[in-house]
Amino acid sequence: MKVFNFHLMPYRHVDLDAIERNGSAWVTFSNRHYDPEKGAGLYHEYLDQMELADRLGFDGVCLNEHHQTAYGMMPIPGVLAGALARSVKRAKLAILGRALPLLNNPLMVAEEYAMLDNLTRGRFIAGFVRGIGAEYHAMGINPAHSQDRFAEAHDLIVRAWTEPGPFQYVGKHYHFNYVNVWPRPVQAPHPPIWIPSQGSSSTIKWAAQMRYTYAQTLSPITVVARFFQLYRDEADRAGYAPSPDQLAWSNTIYVAETDAKAMREARPHLEALTNRFLKMPTEMLLPPGYSNIDSIKRIRAVKVTGKPQTIEDLVKNGVVIIGSPNTVREKLAEYQDLAGFNTSLTKTQFGTLPDDMTRANMTAIAEEILPHFRDRLPQGIKQAAAE
Amino acid sequence: MTEPTVTNLSVRGCRIALRRAGAGRPLLLLHGAADAGEWLPCMAELAARHDVIAPEHPGFGASDTPAWLDTIPDLANFYLDLIDQLDLADVDLVGHDLGGWVAAELAVRNPRRLASLTLVAAAGIHLSGVPQTDPFLRTDEQRFRDLFHDPARADAMIARVLRPELEDTTLKNQTSTARLTWQPRGYDPHLAKWLHRIALPTLVVWGGNDKVLPPAYAAAWQKRIPGAQLVTIADCGHMPHVEQPAAFAAALETFYDRKRVAA
Repeated sequence: MKVFNFHLMPYRHVDLDAIERNGSAWVTFSNRHYDPEKGAGLYHEYLDQMELADRLGFDGVCLNEHHQTAYGMMPIPGVLAGALARSVKRAKLAILGRALPLLNNPLMVAEEYAMLDNLTRGRFIAGFVRGIGAEYHAMGINPAHSQDRFAEAHDLIVRAWTEPGPFQYVGKHYHFNYVNVWPRPVQAPHPPIWIPSQGSSSTIKWAAQMRYTYAQTLSPITVVARFFQLYRDEADRAGYAPSPDQLAWSNTIYVAETDAKAMREARPHLEALTNRFLKMPTEMLLPPGYSNIDSIKRIRAVKVTGKPQTIEDLVKNGVVIIGSPNTVREKLAEYQDLAGFNTSLTKTQFGTLPDDMTRANMTAIAEEILPHFRDRLPQGIKQAAAE
Repeated sequence: MTEPTVTNLSVRGCRIALRRAGAGRPLLLLHGAADAGEWLPCMAELAARHDVIAPEHPGFGASDTPAWLDTIPDLANFYLDLIDQLDLADVDLVGHDLGGWVAAELAVRNPRRLASLTLVAAAGIHLSGVPQTDPFLRTDEQRFRDLFHDPARADAMIARVLRPELEDTTLKNQTSTARLTWQPRGYDPHLAKWLHRIALPTLVVWGGNDKVLPPAYAAAWQKRIPGAQLVTIADCGHMPHVEQPAAFAAALETFYDRKRVAA
């Protein structure tokens, strides 16, 4: 298994009660709650953690993009990727991903990603997402155009990387007389493309058809297993057998000496992530037009029943793995076999978890978990598929 | 009183639902961000003197959602096609909210078959510094409460509209509203520039207590369209034709009577 250190870079000094009073940490949560001095400290703390991940032997480090929120301080992830491109010496560097429909000029992502692929001499992984609904409120982009703009921007970027320029591009949303991106990416034909999603079936099928790595965000492991099976089925229909590396599970792992200690230490920080940083009203999460009407109804129905989640819920449902080294090894192996993935995108920092605890967690994972999974592949996927 | 009949009409391959009642000069009603049902409270009264035509916009209610539907000007051109196809002449055009925006856009483009323009709490222009609600961050219930001055009216509307069997239609209407109005939010910077070209007799009708588009917008429309008259209805929110249907119909008839006398 390949294990990546995935950072959300939350503004962990936030006043959690202020988020609760506002109803959300997104869009309408005033930036007067951001203290630039503390924030600057956090950027360096988090970048140091990413560099530590490289030294500890994680296979890669992952950044992502969110706007106008305390949930994550990476509206322009390329800035941080640039900072890491020279200091992370060995691990892959992934942006998972840039939200393409928010861009009025997707060529800037073709350029940015190509530069990062040059800077890292071919260690860059190119993630593309639509962004969650809140970004459409924050950035003034019409959610009803989201799916169209994603498809068009993706096609344009891949063509810009693979076809000799200059050429003309005329789409519905994007128009360029000259597509001629300098620099060209180092990896041929282009950097690996990864597609993170909340589990839209059309996205999963499309990723499988395109042979892109599919990354499943924040879901119970049985749901993850179902989505990954959908991917394998679609790959089968497309006439190829996907590598388990193409399936990436985004999770949270916290390791301490005993299960009880791990639960006790992780609890406030994980519950802050789930019940404060992530919280938003349905109208913000699902603006009209962002998904088709059936998907919106399905997600709305789940949201209505959504109550605050405890760490016990998250552990029981296999959204996270918390415990002693032995427990974490057992669970990770069990889930790997159940869902058939060979890439783990692991948050080692989450919510309000402070620096010393994060570094201890990363070190414990590197020493107690990674060596046991280095050469381990998922086993018995067929049985999981049958249920 | 004449009950409106609901028919389907196909205009250049786009099938829409259309309510029609009464006889007289054509009165074309363009609805707002929901569907054509909003005209029912005043339709019978208007049908006593007019050939009332209340279509459901493409993308809304029971009408098709055509692939070409992107902008308010698309709807304005669609209704120019519809007016031609039904061979309507001397049309008294009325539009509410988003439908008012369509009506103004249509009148700027081609007033040839129009006799007058009435804008009811119309969207389409922007005034700096006038506070507005963000309908896309309101819950369904809050959004209906914003529409009315009298909370009892809002209760009745919520009970009638927020039912599970209507969820698909509500989401369809919201999706098309987002498609047409999300950005810039509820206006077109290129519309206000050309409103001076509207040479039709024009009436602006506004609720005195409109929270969605405050009455400052009524004054702005009146100022930009030469000779426009303004009627402000008391104890009334964003839906004058629903909250005060008698006063709304009276405002229209007075406007049409004066227009006839002047002619």
